[in-house]
This record gives sequence, structure tokens and C-alpha cells, in this order.
Amino acid sequence: MAIYTEEEARKIMEKALSFSTADACEINLEGSESGNIRYARNSVSTSGHRSNQTLVVQSNFGKRMGTATIDEFDDESLKRVVARSEELAKLSPENPEFMGPLGPQSYDESLTFFNTTAGITPDYRAEVANSSIQPAVEKDVTAAGFLNDSSGFSAMINSNGLFAYNKSTSVEFTVTMRTNDGTGSGWVTRDFNDISKFNALEASNVAIDKAVMSREAKAIEPGKYTVILEPAAASDLLGRMGSALNARSADEGRNFMSKEGGGTKLGEKIVDERVSIWSDPLNPDVPTSTWNGAGQPLKKMNWIENGVVKNLAYSRFWAKEKGVDPVPFPSNFIMQGGDASLEDLIKGTKKGILVTRLWYIRSVDPQTLLYTGLTRDGTFYIENGQIKYPVKNFRFNESPIIMLNNLETLGKQVRVDGNLIPYMKIRDFTFTSLSDAV
Amino acid sequence: MKRRDFVQLSSLGAGALMVPSAMMGNIIPVEAMLEPGMDVIVKKRMADVALNTAKSLGATYADARIGRYLNQYVFTREDKVQNVVNTESFGIGIRVIANGTWGFASTNNVSEDGIKKATQQAVAIAKANSKFQKEPVKLAPVSGHGEVSWKTPIKKDFKDVPVSEKVDLLLKANSAAMENGANFVNSALFMVNEQKYFASTDGSYIDQDIHRIWPTFGVTAVDREAGKFKTRQAMSAPMGMGYEYMDGLDSEKLEGAAGLKLYRGSYDMVEDATTAAMQAKEMLSAKSVDPGKYDLVLEPNHLGLTIHESVGHPTELDRVLGYEANYAGTSFATMDKWKSGNFKYGSDIVNIVADKVQPGSLGAVGYDDEGVKGKQWDIIRNGVLVNYQAIRDQVNMIDQNESHGCCYAQSWNDVQFQRMPNISLEAGKDKYSVAEMIKDVEKGIYIAGRGSYSIDQQRYNFQFGGTAFYEIKNGEIVGMLNDVAYQSNTQEFWNSCAKICDESDYRLFGSFFDGKGQPSQISAVSHGSSTTRFNDINVINTGRSV
Repeated sequence: MAIYTEEEARKIMEKALSFSTADACEINLEGSESGNIRYARNSVSTSGHRSNQTLVVQSNFGKRMGTATIDEFDDESLKRVVARSEELAKLSPENPEFMGPLGPQSYDESLTFFNTTAGITPDYRAEVANSSIQPAVEKDVTAAGFLNDSSGFSAMINSNGLFAYNKSTSVEFTVTMRTNDGTGSGWVTRDFNDISKFNALEASNVAIDKAVMSREAKAIEPGKYTVILEPAAASDLLGRMGSALNARSADEGRNFMSKEGGGTKLGEKIVDERVSIWSDPLNPDVPTSTWNGAGQPLKKMNWIENGVVKNLAYSRFWAKEKGVDPVPFPSNFIMQGGDASLEDLIKGTKKGILVTRLWYIRSVDPQTLLYTGLTRDGTFYIENGQIKYPVKNFRFNESPIIMLNNLETLGKQVRVDGNLIPYMKIRDFTFTSLSDAV
Repeated sequence: MKRRDFVQLSSLGAGALMVPSAMMGNIIPVEAMLEPGMDVIVKKRMADVALNTAKSLGATYADARIGRYLNQYVFTREDKVQNVVNTESFGIGIRVIANGTWGFASTNNVSEDGIKKATQQAVAIAKANSKFQKEPVKLAPVSGHGEVSWKTPIKKDFKDVPVSEKVDLLLKANSAAMENGANFVNSALFMVNEQKYFASTDGSYIDQDIHRIWPTFGVTAVDREAGKFKTRQAMSAPMGMGYEYMDGLDSEKLEGAAGLKLYRGSYDMVEDATTAAMQAKEMLSAKSVDPGKYDLVLEPNHLGLTIHESVGHPTELDRVLGYEANYAGTSFATMDKWKSGNFKYGSDIVNIVADKVQPGSLGAVGYDDEGVKGKQWDIIRNGVLVNYQAIRDQVNMIDQNESHGCCYAQSWNDVQFQRMPNISLEAGKDKYSVAEMIKDVEKGIYIAGRGSYSIDQQRYNFQFGGTAFYEIKNGEIVGMLNDVAYQSNTQEFWNSCAKICDESDYRLFGSFFDGKGQPSQISAVSHGSSTTRFNDINVINTGRSV
């Protein structure tokens, strides 16, 4: 059993700490149990189970620092790993950016653990696969999917009195449905902390419907189109803005947030005023741990409010250099949504493209946050408020900054990949070429 | 690869440095890397425990992989060492066929007891999954090799080279870049040693010692007034070599177009960092490309990635068959195209070979992870698709009875599956240099180094950037370009392949962390080529104002 309670974890870590002879010592302990099932060609292909536990000791003498890890926690092993990290610290060069250990912190109670998810069995996983394969067979469609669930804990202690503990569970599911004539493909993704919110059959049917609807797509000219991005499509593109929130590279003049003539875009309006993006570890739909790997408390934090950059992330070192308070990186993203359902958005669209997801997204220019990638698994032409027909996939070249300046309407929020992202209608989204891929 | 597949080293006290989680393990002192590990006689005895247990439980086939995976990474920026990490991971993975179905289990408890338990688990999983199996596994025959061994032919083991020497080299490269006008440099050195023991019920006991190395950097120049920055990546390639790759031998240097310095089997990191700084600065004021059709002259360290994405992945048989449909996708190179025997993947001069043997390559091994001896085979011959990449349980699906020997697992605790071998473009047969090629181009762009890359899920439509772009006008390089990306369709692109430089320009490009499968596994693969010309390719301008 790799999931320790708070008291069990504390006992092991305090024991390890008691062997420390360094100026300061920091210990992280983590454990997890995870299981998965993978299927393709309407048949289960692999399934697996993994159990992990690791204790990481970081010792320092002055600004010299050494790290060692171990997966056995008897006294002898703990003594050995602490001694090893101390030997390494003595040998390593000084790190001028080393910050001493944090003092005691207070953390909110997290909402990340669910017994329902921790109790998932191999039979349950097989049943999920079956919930995709059976309806697929009935509709002349082929299913390929993957379910991965895990439960685990992480804990931290240091010689300056800090102690932190968190337990969490998560489950991620994706399935691709392809019509047997090879002309249609649909996909769906679901992720939760609490598995009881998951309905494998409902999700699988969404992908099947998309596959059937997307058969025999027509080619239309690439160019600038009004698009309705489903949350899965928008999420992948928006998530990549995260790297631009790094205050240090912004100050150094080498990310999107760097300003012409020096300084950063902090306080500037960069996107439409209806855009607000924040992080919140206590949001019940997308909960995360309330502390990060460095032991910093995570609180609700605004990043973009009414289109204006409100905060950039400062490491402890960079915050000290700049004379500001440290701001930890976000652990999730929540974007303000609206009331419109997908149906409402389609109804209100004269001419446009509905996009299920974007694929193979890669940075083209970090200066402008320009990305390229393709639509995939369900791309449809909308005319006069109705889906008219499926269209061939497009390659896009677009920046999320340009996209959020071209915002038309925000729809309801959906959880995707641990973030809460709304449906979005965007004008003048740039498609640069056609793809024959189904 | 998704972000969650990476371990953030910052929780290990390091700043935001990311490495794939599979490349981790227990962090150990550098001296511990030199310890010999389990004796081969003991490994054989332990492997036999797995094989015998599996057979006694009714398995019709079993293999055991005892693996010790050692990794060392060094990260620096400007004049600072950010981190030095040494990791070790040791354990055994057991794969069986029972009831015609695969089962796999692994353990880091490499004792008789631990192995017996894991083997029982593998057989139980096979039997449980056999309920869902539609067709029993059919393995291509392999005759046992007996007790054999293979080693990457290295000259210097990275484990014997002091960390201080590695740190000094990176800091020297950083300082060369800074002295030549760079504002920032991040450099890194990745070194891997896989000590793998494979045994199977076919009668093979294979001991292998595999080495890989990858030095790399990003050199950034910033124009604060204009609010612009440009990064020039290293022109190194990850290699299946020892630390001798870092020697920077003059005999392995090549002159690219526009005075570009390029490297074959030996890398001069300090020289490359110096050039990189000058080029990054030049890029800040380079002309923005006029979009349109150009003849592209693609340097091997750039073309390798295009080969990887547009030929390597689409000819993986498991993708063609739909096993990867939910992740990376399927393939346009379908079985009917291959069966026709006349599917023109490329022009007549396009010959693409797959191999697991090329010296210095990342794919080179004696035997793959299911005990098949490494070999070379054709994928495209005279422009026609002639074969795929397939392993023991797949070749029967393409009416062949010999595995191609390209099965791989990233670690002892992951199940092995089909992975890309080296996929390389044969050099031109006639003597033809890069200078001659450029002289023959009227309106073109010379592209060197890797950049942005994106391709659809069936590998038709792609868009590639690069590291350095030079405009060619009437047979001459006239200056650097910015904002260049080319978009094409795989079959159109390879059919527009007009000319390939000769063997003297042939080099390897490599991908050190290629991802595939769910849960995702990494693998390392090389792609060889000589500088090659493609006619009339669509180039777009990627400049935007925001």
C-alpha cells in the first residue's frame, strides 16, 4: 500500500529529518497507485497497474545543495539517504539562487481525494472498455480508448518547521471512434477527481455520434472563419499561454509578456475585456493541492481580469531580486464563461466552423505566442444557425492572444484536463491549409 | 508528450527543469554509477526463475528483461550550474503469452520470490484479458541465440568522465556565447546507459550495454528597444555514442552553406555556441520572408525531423492497423497502398531504409527487446512504399515471417512494443556537394536545424520551421530570413524531391525523447540524410503583430 495517512507520512519524514546534520534539510514523500486499460480495434489491448513511492531528501550547507531519493523507509534506509544527500551537497558547487527553507505555512484543506476513485477495480476498467466497444460495434464503428486512474499522496517537511500533506485522486478518459468505412472520426475526453461523476456510455456515445456525423466531409477553402471552439479545443491552445506568465523571462525580455523598450505587460490590457482567467485550488469542479512542490500555499489568484494582466508568477529568488512577493505558478486555469449552451452558440451563428478539438499544437513564434496545429475528430460547417455538413480538417496558425481579442461570445464552462474552460465563439480564426486526415 | 509525463525537477530543488518521468529513478551519487550491478550469472538464474514459473503456469511463451538504467543530466544557464542529476532504476519486467494473450508484470524486487510473484501476476493478467481477445497472438519464429552480449562501441564511458569536466565544458560554451553577443544561454547534457539482460523461452540470454548522449543548448539574443528576441538552437545531434562525441574533432566538421558550421560524429560545443550567438543577433534584424513557392534546400539536422514525422511514424505497422488511433492517430500509408506495389510515396530518387545497426545511431543495438537481431530493411525503394516497421506479433499481418527487430520498452517496468528504428534517406549516388546544390537554385531557402513541427493524425499535412533560414537567389545565398515555415502534403513533398547530395554530406539527426503509446513511453531514434532539394514548396510567413 503506497498511500500513507498524514500521521504515517509525518512519522517517516520526522524520522528522516532526525538524521540530518546539514544547515537545512527538506524532505518530500510521495506515493501513488495507478491503473489503466487500453483498447483498440474494438478489443482490449493492454492493461496495467503501477505502485510508486519515493522519499526525496534535499540537504544544504550554505548555498551548496544535494538531493538523494529512496523507496524504502526503514531506519537504515532513511539514515543512508540523508547521509547521501549531505555528501552530495558538500561536493556540489554553490547555487547563487538558493533560497533557504520556508518557515511554517498554513494551507487550506484540499478537495482532491475521493474514495470512489481510490476504489476502482480491474473489473470496473474492463466495464468502461466494454461501454465503448459494445455501442461501437452496434453502430459499425471501431473504438480505441484509454482510461487511467490514480490515487496518491504527497507530503513535505523541512528543518524550518514546515509540514504539508495532501491526498488526491484523478481519472482521465479518452476514446476515439472511427467509422468502419474510414471516413468519419469522433473523440471525447473526460477527467475527474471523483469517478462517480463519470458515465462511460454517455461519453462513448458522444464520440460515436461525432464519428457518424463527420463521415464524408467536404473540402472548403482555408481562410479566416468564425469558429465555435469546444472547451477541449480551446483548452489546449489557452494552456500554452501559461509559459508567458513567468515573470523572470518576461523581465529578461524573452517572452510574450516582455514589453517593447523593457519591462513587462503587467497591468496592460492584452485581450477582450470579457476575458478573465484565474486559478483556484478550492474550486470544487477542478480542485488541486493547496500547496506546491516548494511548500508554497496556493490560493485563488487572478491572472487576467477584464482583459488586463493582473499577475505574473515570481519564484522566491526572482521575487527577492525584484523586491516583490513570490507568486507561485497556477495549478489550474479557470476562465470566465457565459450562459450560452453549444446549441445556443450554433443557433446564433450565420456562417462558421464548429471545432471538436485541436491536435499536434506546436509553438511557431514564442514572441507572439503563435501556434500551429490541426482540427481533428469532428469539424463541421455551420450556416444560418444549423450544422450543415462535416468539413475536412484544417491546419491553423493562430495566437491565443489574437484569438481572445476576436472574442464574440462566451458559453458554458466545462472541465477539461483539470481546467475549467468555456465554449467560445471567435471571429477571424486563421486556417492556413487543408488536411486529408480523418 | 503531455506535461504530466514529465517530472518537474524543481521539487527536487532545481528550478523549472523538466525531464521525462521515465528518465528518472533513484537519485544516486556519481560513484554508484560505476558499480558493476548484478552479475550476468545471477541475471541468468533470475531470468530462468521467471521463464520456468511462466511455463509451469501454462504460458506458451515468456521473456524476462532485467534492466539497470543509469542516467546523468547536467543543466546550466549562463555562468551557473542549475543541476546535476544521477539516477538509477533497476528491476525486472516479465511478459508472457497465456491463452493466446499477452500479459505483463514487473517488479523492482529482483529475488526469486519477487520474480515468481510478478510472473504469476503476468500470467493472471494474460488469462483475464484473454476473455476480450478476438484473435490469439501469433509470434514470428526466432531461433534462440544462446548466451550472447553486445555493447555500443564507445571510446569514452560518460560514467568515467568527472562531472566537473562536463560542467566546465557547458560553462565554457555558455561563456563563448555570451562573449559573442548572446543575452542568455541554457545548455544541457543528457547521458544514458541501459544495462539490459534479455532471456526468453526461445533459448536466448542476451546481455547488452547501450549508451546514448545529447548535448544541447538554446542561445537567445534580445533587442529590448524593439521588444524582440530570437533563439538559435544547437546544431548537435543526440547520438548512440560515448563521451567521445564531445571531442570536437576537426575531421568530423562540415562546412554548411553561408559559413554554417556543422558536425558529424564529433561535436564542438564551444564553436557551435559561438556561431549561435552571432546568428541569434543576426536573426534579430533579418528580413521577414515573402510567402510563396520556393525550392527548399534542407540540411540533414533539419531534414531528419521531417523524415521522422512524414516517413517514420506513418510506416509504423501498429499505427496503420489502428492500435494508436486514440493517441497519435492512424496512417495514410494504408495496407492497400502497400499491397498495390506501386504506391509512389516519393520521386524515383527517394530511397528510405530502416535499420537497427548503423554505428553511432540512437537505434543501434545487437538485439531488440524481444531478442531479435538488429538488421536493415527497405521502407521506400525508388520512390515506392515496399515495407513497414513490424515486430514478432505483427509481421504475420503483412505476410512476412521474420520480425524486423524494432521492439523496445523505455524501462524494465514498461511493456515492450513496436518502436521506430532508424529511418534514413540514402545519399545521392552521384558526386554532388551542398555548394553545387545551392548554385543550381534560382529562388529558394536553405534551412538548417530543427524548429517547430506539426503533422496531422494520418500524416498527410505538415508544417515545419527550422533553426536558421537563408534566402537563395540565382544560385547564391543573399542573407538570413525570419518567419519561415513550409506547409506541404507528405506524398506531394516527397514526390517533389529533386536532388540529394552525396555521401560526403551524410549525417545523423536524432530524437532523444520520441513519445508513443498510452501510457506514453519514450524512445530514441536517428535519421540519416544528406542535404536534399525539394522543388516548389509552399512557404508561409509566420510573423504577426499582437
